Amino acid sequence: MVDTVTVERTETPTARIGDSAPRPDGVPKVTGDFVFSSDLWHDQMLWGGTLRSPHASARIRRIDIGPALALAGVHAVLTHEDIPGSPNFGLDRPDQPVLARDIVRYEGEPVVVIAADHPDTVRRALAAVEVDYEPTEPLLDPALAEDAPPIHPDGNVIRRIHLRHGDQEAASRPDLISVEGTYEVGMQDQAFMGPESGLAIPDGEGGVDLAVATQWLHTDRDQVAACLGLPADQVRLTLAGVGGAFGAREDISLHIHLCLLAMHTGRPVKMCYSRDESFYGHVHRHPARMWYRHYATSTGDLVRVEARLLFDGGAYASSSHHVIANATCFAAGPYRVPSADVEGVVVRTDNPPCGAMRGFGAVQTCFAHEAQMDRLAAALEMDPVALRRQNALAPGDVILTGQRITGTLPVVEVLDACAGHPSAAGGPNEPMSRPGGAGRTADVEHIVRGEAVALGFKNLMFSEGFDDSSEARCVIHRGSVTVTTACAEVGQGFVTLVQQIVGEVLRTDDVVLEPASTAFIGSAGSTSASRQTWMSGGAVQLACEAVRRDLLARVADQYGVLVDDLALFDGRVVGLPNGEEPTLAALTVEPLEATVVHQHAPTLPLDDRGQGDAHVSFAVSAHRAIVDVDPDLGLVKVVELTTAQDVGRILNPLQALGQLEGGAAQGVGLAVMEEVKVVDGLIRNPSFTDYLIPTALDMPPLEVAALIEQPEPGAPFGAKGIGEAPTISSTPAVAGAIRAATGLDLPRVPVRPDDIALASRESGLSSEEAQ
Amino acid sequence: MTADALSLTINGQRREVVDALPGESLLFVLRERLGLAGSKNACEEGECGSCTVRVDDELVCSCLVLAAAADGCSVTTVEGLADASDGTRLADVQQAFLDAGAVQCGFCTPGLLMAVDSLLEHDHDPDDLTVREAVSGNLCRCTGYGRILEAINLAAASRRASGEWDVTP
Repeated sequence: MVDTVTVERTETPTARIGDSAPRPDGVPKVTGDFVFSSDLWHDQMLWGGTLRSPHASARIRRIDIGPALALAGVHAVLTHEDIPGSPNFGLDRPDQPVLARDIVRYEGEPVVVIAADHPDTVRRALAAVEVDYEPTEPLLDPALAEDAPPIHPDGNVIRRIHLRHGDQEAASRPDLISVEGTYEVGMQDQAFMGPESGLAIPDGEGGVDLAVATQWLHTDRDQVAACLGLPADQVRLTLAGVGGAFGAREDISLHIHLCLLAMHTGRPVKMCYSRDESFYGHVHRHPARMWYRHYATSTGDLVRVEARLLFDGGAYASSSHHVIANATCFAAGPYRVPSADVEGVVVRTDNPPCGAMRGFGAVQTCFAHEAQMDRLAAALEMDPVALRRQNALAPGDVILTGQRITGTLPVVEVLDACAGHPSAAGGPNEPMSRPGGAGRTADVEHIVRGEAVALGFKNLMFSEGFDDSSEARCVIHRGSVTVTTACAEVGQGFVTLVQQIVGEVLRTDDVVLEPASTAFIGSAGSTSASRQTWMSGGAVQLACEAVRRDLLARVADQYGVLVDDLALFDGRVVGLPNGEEPTLAALTVEPLEATVVHQHAPTLPLDDRGQGDAHVSFAVSAHRAIVDVDPDLGLVKVVELTTAQDVGRILNPLQALGQLEGGAAQGVGLAVMEEVKVVDGLIRNPSFTDYLIPTALDMPPLEVAALIEQPEPGAPFGAKGIGEAPTISSTPAVAGAIRAATGLDLPRVPVRPDDIALASRESGLSSEEAQ
Repeated sequence: MTADALSLTINGQRREVVDALPGESLLFVLRERLGLAGSKNACEEGECGSCTVRVDDELVCSCLVLAAAADGCSVTTVEGLADASDGTRLADVQQAFLDAGAVQCGFCTPGLLMAVDSLLEHDHDPDDLTVREAVSGNLCRCTGYGRILEAINLAAASRRASGEWDVTP
């Protein structure tokens, strides 16, 4: 029976695409009820812990677990001998031991894992394990890695790409201007707030369930299953509440250890890293050394870019293969460069392993190419913004890989919007708003101000032929929509987007999003590479549209009308000639269901000259920074940031703003604060006391000059992923502004107080010298 | 060895803790012994503010307070912010965080809410630098603080508008 409802044209406020829809997980997150991975609990659970190598490089002569096992309350002490399946794991290739056997290759490498009845028991048991190490000479300098004896059976060069584009003799003309520079980026940490944690529960039938904070459930599941020696369907991973990710949760951390302990003890086991352990327990952003030479005509047309990029991958490969590809492909930025020779090399050392972090290779090279553009502008006596505009890429142009840009790419638009936006920055009056803040406050008369603009450029989604897909299911039953996807919500707001997509396509807010789990659905791919809105958002859209088609077909069939005459409106089907408006609830007593796999357009591998249509889509962003600097103290205050970004289409303005502000903060951090300090292979600052991330006092207001909405062909709703771009161009803008203020070269980020103060003294900028 | 039973008043309710080890922090007791997991642990050294609670109206990092030191004290956690008489009614600061888009991953949110609630109780019309300083002990990695500062402005404005404060000097 079909309900008849009165015709009224006021739609209930269902979240739609383009709305600043509220987060469905918002209320539990403000009441404290939201369950993060570190909040997981089981009445019968044990606590797990990890013993890690104190050496960057050592042989293991002997491991004695006896004293730890003898402690009351200790239930398991496991070594490499207790791994039933593959001894190694790895995101890209299995090159990393689950537990070290005979060699440790970095400080913090896991050697033993323990399960016990209380965290204190775990700590005492970890201290009781005796490991006899024979320290060996670590390989620390990435520049020496290639010629050094291999520290791993896979060799020391993880990947080399030698990109050559266009006429290789292009720079032989005598009339060109060239500028050259060597740049360096320090090791940045993702520093998410919620530490690595999870809970593994044996299922009693030989399998295991793991709830864990991650970015990519299915690749974790496959790695865990391989190491446990189990078929994939006996290992089920479910997403636990994720306290931020930013790339650091793309690799396995405690997943396999937890499952080993749970299987061994037959008990649920929870593990939660401490903050210092978190610094050892995940990959970091690659430190990079980069040499560049730019050639241009005397009127400012770029002719050729040459670059040598050396990235330190640390002890294991992680996603280094792909990070160096991105660094190489986007090495010159969003500019027309007819000729290029870029060699990108990522090597293995005994330093901490590096892998994914927001911006993924493009962050490092953006710092370098934007410094080069400013340097070139100075050599040409041109305005840096004008030089960028003159060389800006546009749709139809080709990038360094020879790939033609077939989608949108509003480079000039973001540049002009950002550079032309009026500044609201006031003077450095309040002590708290000056360099040094409440600490060593700068004197007003010592402060110099600088301003700079930078552009960032990156691909969206995975590249080089990676089979990148996402699966989603949509079911309507009695009017209620259930969406299932394994997409990891890490804070970015995918859960909100699902509500909006359902609202847009099915016109109802009666939506349940199933927990993300390998038990329920196929892979969504990784929450990374600015890809989930496109990939999983697209999958949800397609599933909802399939259900919508079936629903309307059902009505058309039932009433003998054409599908094209029907529409959905406020939970009802409208358009029937008899004026009836049957509700979704009444129409779906028999459920309708669709499961789809969404794939983006295929990409191709790079050839041996680094050429090929390797990328799906591109995005560009601009930042302008205004900074105050005290050259004597070497202190910097970022006074104002302005941005404009290529977004395709805005799906949720409030969430978009959150991505722009949050991403810029991480860029500011890399510019002036954040560095994992590694000395002799050892991390010297694994804490929030010593690894400083921006606070509310460090962050300037972010002015959004423009969000350029040029819908991207092939993208669901025309939207580009927006998560990474803000982190890419903000760092070089801040660094450029410090250079503009001081006139110093400052070829390295983070810019440290010493870098400014010592160079100022040498250059005569210091007020002391001036006197 | 266990300490004598601890007696804490948490969000207005008397709670006894009989089996805590002497060295356990207030954060550990709240989270692991009393099941109040709203207060978060992200650094365990008082740098990030995720574990911020009030002890007898003083804002503290509960990771740095021994549970035994809070014996006999009144403790307010994020779970105590919403109106207890009606579980669905959020406190103004909680609502403001949602309205302003100040919540992303949400891990820092409970600690920030405690800090903001305390700030607004003591300062009815804080200027921008005062607000920034008040929350500078609470690290957030997702938001860059823009929406959080907006939320604080919203909450302060709503308290002033509601007449909860007499803002005349």
